[in-house]
Formats: sequence, C-alpha cells, structure tokens
Amino acid sequence: MKLELKGVTKKFGSLVANDSIDLVVESGEIHSLLGENGAGKSTLMNVLYGLYQADAGQILLDNQVVKFSGPGDAMAAGIGMVHQHFMLIPVFTVAENVALGHEPTKGFGTLDLEAARNLVIKISDRFGFNIDPDALVEDLPVGSQQRVEIIKSLARDAKILVLDEPTAVLTPQETDELMGIMRDLAKAGTSIVFITHKLREVKAVADRITVIRQGKVVGQADPSAPTSELASMMVGREVGLTVEKNSAQLGEEVLRVENISVLDDRDQKAVQGVSFSVRAGEILAIAGVQGNGQTELAEAILGLRKPFGEQGEVIISGVNVTKDSVRQRLESGVGFVPEDRKKDGLVSEFSIEENLMLNGSFRAPFSKGLSINFLKRSKVAQELLNQFDVRAPSAKTITGNLSGGNQQKVVLARELSREVKLLVVSQPTRGVDVGSIEFIHERIVEERNQGKAIVLISTELDEVTALADRIAIMYRGQIVGIVDAKTDRAKLGQMMAGVAA
Amino acid sequence: MKNSKKEPIDWNGAIKEIASGGVVRTLLSVVLGFLVGAAFMIASNKEFLAATGYLFADPLASIRAAGNVVAEGYGALFRGSLFNAEAASFESAIRPLTESLRLAGPLIAAGLGIALGFRVGLFNIGGTGQMVSGMIWATFVATRMDLPPVLHFIVALVAAIVGASLLGALVGYLKARTGANEVITTIMLNYVMVNLFSFLLLNQNLLQGAETGGNAKADPAAETARLPLLLGESFSLHLGFILALVAVVVYWWLLERSTIGFRMRAVGFNPSAARTAGIRVEKTYIIALALSAAFIGLAGANQALAATGGVSPSSHSGIGFDAITVALLGGSSAPGVLLAGLLFGAFKAGGASVQAAGISPDVLAIIQGAIVLFIAAPPLIRAIFRLPLSPSTSILSGLKARFFGGKGAK
Repeated sequence: MKLELKGVTKKFGSLVANDSIDLVVESGEIHSLLGENGAGKSTLMNVLYGLYQADAGQILLDNQVVKFSGPGDAMAAGIGMVHQHFMLIPVFTVAENVALGHEPTKGFGTLDLEAARNLVIKISDRFGFNIDPDALVEDLPVGSQQRVEIIKSLARDAKILVLDEPTAVLTPQETDELMGIMRDLAKAGTSIVFITHKLREVKAVADRITVIRQGKVVGQADPSAPTSELASMMVGREVGLTVEKNSAQLGEEVLRVENISVLDDRDQKAVQGVSFSVRAGEILAIAGVQGNGQTELAEAILGLRKPFGEQGEVIISGVNVTKDSVRQRLESGVGFVPEDRKKDGLVSEFSIEENLMLNGSFRAPFSKGLSINFLKRSKVAQELLNQFDVRAPSAKTITGNLSGGNQQKVVLARELSREVKLLVVSQPTRGVDVGSIEFIHERIVEERNQGKAIVLISTELDEVTALADRIAIMYRGQIVGIVDAKTDRAKLGQMMAGVAA
Repeated sequence: MKNSKKEPIDWNGAIKEIASGGVVRTLLSVVLGFLVGAAFMIASNKEFLAATGYLFADPLASIRAAGNVVAEGYGALFRGSLFNAEAASFESAIRPLTESLRLAGPLIAAGLGIALGFRVGLFNIGGTGQMVSGMIWATFVATRMDLPPVLHFIVALVAAIVGASLLGALVGYLKARTGANEVITTIMLNYVMVNLFSFLLLNQNLLQGAETGGNAKADPAAETARLPLLLGESFSLHLGFILALVAVVVYWWLLERSTIGFRMRAVGFNPSAARTAGIRVEKTYIIALALSAAFIGLAGANQALAATGGVSPSSHSGIGFDAITVALLGGSSAPGVLLAGLLFGAFKAGGASVQAAGISPDVLAIIQGAIVLFIAAPPLIRAIFRLPLSPSTSILSGLKARFFGGKGAK
C-alpha cells in the first residue's frame, strides 16, 4: 500500500511540531524517518495513527484521501504501529495479547482463542519469528516482545507498519534480527516507516530516507550517502561526532565499589555482585542495553538504594560510605546527574534558581541561617546561566518550560558548580539537542581533565566510545567485562548481549 | 557565548497565563457561588413561588419577588457581617465587622495549617482532631494551673500549639515509618480525639468543670489565661485575630523565604527529585505535618481560651473541616488563605442576620459549598467564561479537552 502525506501541519499552542510535511512511502518500501529527538517524527506518526488531528494537510492511502478520528480507524485502514514502549499485557499469553481488541469469537460470544493461536503460528512461521503463542509475554525477552507487537499489527492486516525507535531497547544482535524481519516484511509487500535517530541502522536497512529537522522536511537522502552528510542534514550543520581529548592523567583511586548487589523496585536483584574502581582523571563508562542494572547501580553509589544483604561496600576516597545518607555523600563530594532528569533531577514547577539550590539548601551560599539568601542565589544563578550557556529569559523562568537540553544544562550546572571529586552521570544527553550534546560532552571531558573521577552510564554506544577511557559492560546485573575504550564495536555489541570478553 | 540572546517578552502569553491563573478563577468562583446562593434564595421564597402561580398574568411580579428576596438576603448578610447602617449607634453598626474578624481568626489559622499540608503534597483531614488536641492541652493549662497573668496565657497558647503538633508529628511518623496514608490516619484520629475530649470532660478529676451538672464541659478558662479583648468590653473581638495575622506572616516566611520551606515545597512537587538531592523525604513529612498541626493548634487555643463559658467537645465548631475549604479557596498561599478566612468568617457572622431576614442560613453553606465546587472544577469555569487553557498538561486539562473541547474528536 502506498502512503502519502501532503502538507501535514500540527501545532501545539505556539509550537509548530510539524510544519507542512510531505512524505511518500511506496508499497514494499522501507522508508526511514530520520531526525533528532524532538524533531517531530513521533508527532507526525501519531497524526498518521489518528492519535492527533492534523491542523492542516491530507493523508492519502493508495491515492485515496482518508481521515482518522482515532487509532481504530487507522488500524482498520491497514496501518499498524509498534510503539517505543510496548502496549502489551505482561500476564497475558502471546495469543491473548494478539487477540486483544478484536477478539475472534464463536457461538454466544465465547472467545475463540484457538483461532488467535493459529494466527500467531501462521504469521510467526511465515516470517521466522519463532514465537510460542502460549508463552506469557512477561517471560519473553524484549526482542521477542517487539515481535509480538509486530504480529499484533500483521494480525490486523497491516499494510503499512510504523516502527517508532524500535532499536532503543534492543541489543545489537537483536537489532540485526529486527532488520532481517523488516526486509522480509518489505519483500512481502508491507510498507515500513522506520523512525530512528541512529544513522548506522538507517544506512543498513532503509530504501529511502527522509530527514526531518525542527518539524520540517529538510530533504531526502540515499542510504549510500556518507554518515557525516546524513548527520549534518539532521542537525543542520557539521557535527563533530568525536570529542577531542588527550590520554588520561590518572590520579588516586576515588571510587571503589566492592561486590555490591542491589534490588530494584520490584525487589528483584537488578545488580549482582558488581565490583569496579575509578581513579581521578579518568572516565569509566558503564555501557549496556537499557534495564541491565545500570540505573540501580548508579542509585546505589549515591545511596538512594542500600546494598542487598550484608556484603557490598561503596568506598569514596578511601572512606567507606556504605552506611552514609544521600546528603552525606553529596556533601562529601559526589556529583550526580540522574538518567531521568524530569523525575529525579529537577522540580519542573520550580524556577531555574530554585533548582540550582535543590541540593544546596542546607548551607551557604544559598542559605543564611534559616532563610534563603535570595540576593546571593540570584547572583550565583546568573553566573551559572552564562557559564553553562542555558538559554532562558531569566533565572526565574520555570524549569519545566525549558527544552530538554537546557534542563540538562541546569542539572549539570548544579552538580559541577559544587566541590565534587566524583561525578556519576547517567544518560547525560538523552532527549538533548545536538548543540547541547557537544557542550555537555566537552564539559564532562573538562571535568576529567581537571582530575575528577567520572562514572558515565550510557546506553548510547557512540557516546560511550567518544568519551570513555575504559568501558565496563553490564548485562543482567553483572559486569561482563571492563575493556579499553579502543575495543571495536562488534566486540562491544557481543558483550552487551552477554558474551564474556 | 557570554551575552545569551534575550527573547522578547511574550505579552500575549503572559495575559493568557494571568487569565487562566488562580486569582481570576477564584474570584469568578466566588461570584458564581453568590449567584447559586441567589438562585436558592429565590427558589425557596414564598412570594416568588406564589408569583409564579400567575406568571403569565403578571410576569413582573415574580421578577420583582425574586429581586426582593435576593436584595434582602444579601443585604442582611452585609448588615450581619460588615456594617449595619440601620443600627442605632456607631458601635453597634460596626459590631458585625468585629464579629466577622473574631470568627475569621481560627479559620485563618487552621486554614494555614491545611494549606501547609497541601504545599507538601499532604492531605491533612485531621483538623478537628488536631484542634481538639490543642484544646485539651490549653484547657488543662487554663483551668488546672495557677500562673501569673501574661505568663499563664503564653503557657496555655504554647501548650495548645505543641499539643496539636505532637499529634501531627505522630501522623507524620506513621506515614514515614509504615507508609500509612495520612488521609486515613488523620480521619481516624479525629474520632479518637473528640471522644477522648468527651471522656476527659466527663470526669471531675480530669478536665470536667465544677458546676456543669454532669455535662461534658470544662470550667471557663482562668482570667489570667484568657485571650485579651482588643476593643474593650463592648466588643468580643480578641487577640486571637491578631495571632492569626501573625500566623499568616509566619506561614509566608516559612514557605516562601526559609530553607525548610524550600525543602517542603520541593518534596511536595517532586519527592523523587528531592530525595535524589539529599533531602530526607520522610523526615520532611514528619516536620510538615507537625507544622501543619501547629497552625491548627493555634485555632484550638483560640477556641479554648476565648470562651467565657467552658469548652465542650463540640467547641471545635467544625473549623477543622471548614479549614480545608479555606485552604482550597485561598490556593494555599498566605494572602489567599487570609482573604478566604475573612470571607468565611463573614459568612459565619452573617448567619443570624440572614435568618432574621426570613431566609434560611443554609443558603450560606450552599454558597460556601458552591464556591469550592467551582474552584475544584476549573475546567468548568474556563468553559463557562471561555478562558484559555493553561499550558500545563494535567489530568484536569485533559478532561477539559475531552469534555469541553469545543471541536470534539468525532
């Protein structure tokens, strides 16, 4: 089925998320929608899927104008969507999940699960998905859950399949498998819209590429185009994908984590017996696919989570801080940039000033006796705004109104302006525009050059290889190995999938 | 890089912000509340009902009747709560105003307490229990201890505040330690405290007064412990109102200027970010509930130390619950709570006068209820007055878009 978008415009208040976008996806084509986070890719697809109503423009399927008032209409017209976050019910089986929403029935409205099972088997066999219809979804690995999502769409005769950032949660191996599936589906006539910001994947699988920037189509590209050209189209200028840095000047050991195990929110062991150490002047990157215990490990270093059981120690500059509170650790010189800045890093309702003093309310310069030192706070805030290039009308601006990159700079400004010797940085550039990414990377390297010990937790392999001096790879709560930063990507990819070094 | 670009001021956006902000909405809610009250006055008026019987013969009669009753009702409310122009002397003409202030005092104090809870993300329904706790301690000091003037009063006042905040701290401790929801524990403690008060007031060896004829009632507070009158013997306005004003200033400083208030607000908005920033969220809950109850304790002192007769288990007069309304109407800000408390104090003072005008004082309760309903249903208000939607994405604005969105999805 051929999909055509003509002049689609979607506004949110004064923000134009999609500005008169034209897009043509031919039948059986893998069409990649490339753009940074926040460029408007997901908005466009939500318009296509009937979740948003376009303010202007048309959607054409096989040259017929269609109008969707909800996802139900879109599905009926043959559009399937696999969201970044799966829409599956974990305690249901695969067949039940696939049946959900348009359950096949036999007499008196009883559920015909057999029909659903057969459908799953049929689709699974046809594309080599290798999915058991009776397995509970929660027992399946992430890659298989994604395939269940695809089966769901195909079971409803989707002729156009939209995959929204499908590789974000996958290991490199699973990513390769997904690409194989995409090719098979395209061969069978399904049109695929592949949304991503990862250039390598686009080059590997796409037939055609449309690049979106700030809500506008900036051009078409061929997958054979060089990576640097695609990158500059995406961000609108030449981007240094590498960060300038000289070799590490190692100092004393600042952080040692000894045989630590940590429980997650569901009381499952998310980290199992992890040990490592970081010295002053180096960046240790902890790489791995999302959800392999990195979050919990970072929180254990800060003291938000207590180590499980009796064993396990966190030692900072030779002092055992395992029993210390978060505040004690922060004040002893730990800087912490949480992976989810909206949830853990900032109070969105607070002004920039207030967020800058969030962990500094106990002492000068922000406090004077029991009162806030407003004069001093404004002064400090203004200096930090300039120093960290935070683009905001004033320090009194509500933080929630800032862009992701500027919010992240506020967090960084807060953490780096304190006297820290250890910096734990999680996903520092997630949801951040490219200009800010460069700035943030440079700041992190600068801190390292000044002799701080840095733990960088990132799921972006590009970021890890660009910044790290050493790389520790986590898989299922354990460190598979700690390797040199020059290790090649294939090797790192294998380790991220659990193959020991 | 040093001179970051200044963006032009978005006047349009600012006007939108103000129009969709709390103040305008609150004032509109009050206006609407009075309109609803007027409708009830009209609908329950005999002349109006009689006039509708011959509506088509003389339509003006029903309109006249409706106008009369509303004018009479709100006129009586005005005379009963602000200024009685029909009074014989100037003294009695301004008495209603002093009564309004007197009755507003405890409403303001307790309203601040509830508002403090709101700001920290806590729903303290235990105003009654905490007030009673304060009253028990104050009554003990005021009727069972013998101290010199001034000191006696101060000790009684402090006892009320400390007594109430201990109960608040207990709720906070239960929440911090066991995760017990403060809504449940405070409601339960209301029953416990009211019944404990009755028990104490039924035993001569405990707090029961000497000449109560077996009723649950305490002795009147000792002269030395009583809240001093402000305007002489002919007015009953007492120091309680001034203390409430002091409390407003303390509340403002605490929440807007102090570091502890900063931490409390941070916890209220986003406990996980606060925790990550090294703020002990559980400890903050305990402090916040203790402080919340301390303000309510001041209201308790007001009730226990002002009464010329002895206190009884019902002397809390439902202020603990009215305070929730005051806090909501006041948007949990210091000036807001002050104004809301004054308004509700005026309602309380005007009740008798409205009744004397032949209109049920229940209408006043309806107005109060309606005001809060309108506050709590901002989308409705915005739809009625066609105000712009505030830029936040809340559940409420989502619902508004769903139900009042004008251009529906279908």
